[in-house]
Amino acid sequence: MAETKAPAARPLSPHLQVYRLTLTMVMSGFHRISGLGLYFGALLLAWWLMAAASGPNGYARFEWFAGSLVGRLVLFGFTWALIHHTLGGIRHLIWDTGRGFGPQQREWLAAATIIGSIVLTVVVWVIGYLAMGGSR
Amino acid sequence: MSEIAPKHFRTPLARVRGRGAARSGTHEFWVQRVTSVAGIPLTAAALIIVIMLLGRNQAAVAQILGAPLVAVIMLLFIVCIVTHMKIGMQEILVDYVPDESMKLTLLLANTFFCWIVGLICAYAILKLSFGV
Repeated sequence: MAETKAPAARPLSPHLQVYRLTLTMVMSGFHRISGLGLYFGALLLAWWLMAAASGPNGYARFEWFAGSLVGRLVLFGFTWALIHHTLGGIRHLIWDTGRGFGPQQREWLAAATIIGSIVLTVVVWVIGYLAMGGSR
Repeated sequence: MSEIAPKHFRTPLARVRGRGAARSGTHEFWVQRVTSVAGIPLTAAALIIVIMLLGRNQAAVAQILGAPLVAVIMLLFIVCIVTHMKIGMQEILVDYVPDESMKLTLLLANTFFCWIVGLICAYAILKLSFGV
C-alpha cells in the first residue's frame, strides 16, 4: 500500500509582511475596508428611509439613535467612509484611464485621497450642524 | 447575418466540459465602473439631500423625500449603490473565502442582503412619494 506522505514544506510566496509599508498600500486597504463599512452602513440608510416612511414614532426612534453619542460616532464614520470611498473611487477611475501611475503621482493621489476625505468629512459635518442650528 | 451563421451545429468541447470563458468575464468589472462613475454625482446629491433634512421633523422629512426630484435622485442613488455593493462584496468573498461551500453560502447571502436592503429603501421612498 502506498503510504501518504506529508506534503513537502515548500516555500510560500511572500505576502504583505515582506514589503515595506507604503501609503498607496494602506490606501488600498482603506478603500476596501471603507467599502465593507458602507455595505453594512446601508442598513442605516434603510432604517432612516423606513423610519421616515413609517411615521413620527418610528422617526423619533431613529432620531434618538442618531442623536446619541454612539449614533453620532457611527454616522461620522459612515460619512467619512462614504467620502473616502468616493474619492478613492475617483483615484481608481483615473488609474483606469492609464494615468497617475508615476512614483510622485501615485503618492500625491494617495495623500490627496486621505487628506481630502478627512477635510471634506469635517466640512460636511460643520455644514450639517449649521443646518440644524447648532448641536441639540 | 448569413456570413456569421455557424457552419456546423456541434457544441465546442470546451463548453460541454464546462471549461473555457463564459464570455461575460468583464461584465461585472464594467458594471462596477459604471456604478462608480454614476455614484460620484449621486453621492454628492444624496449628501446634500441629507443635510437639507437635518433637524427637521418627520412630516417635513417625509414631504421633502417624497418630492419628485428628490425621490428620483434617491432611487437612482439606491439602485447605484446596491449594485456596486453586491459586486464589491462578491469580490471580497471570492478573494478571502477559500472554502467552496462557505463561499457559495456567503455569495448567496450577499445577493439576498443587497436585494433586501435595496428594496426596503426603494419601497420607503415610493411610499413617501405616492403618499400611501
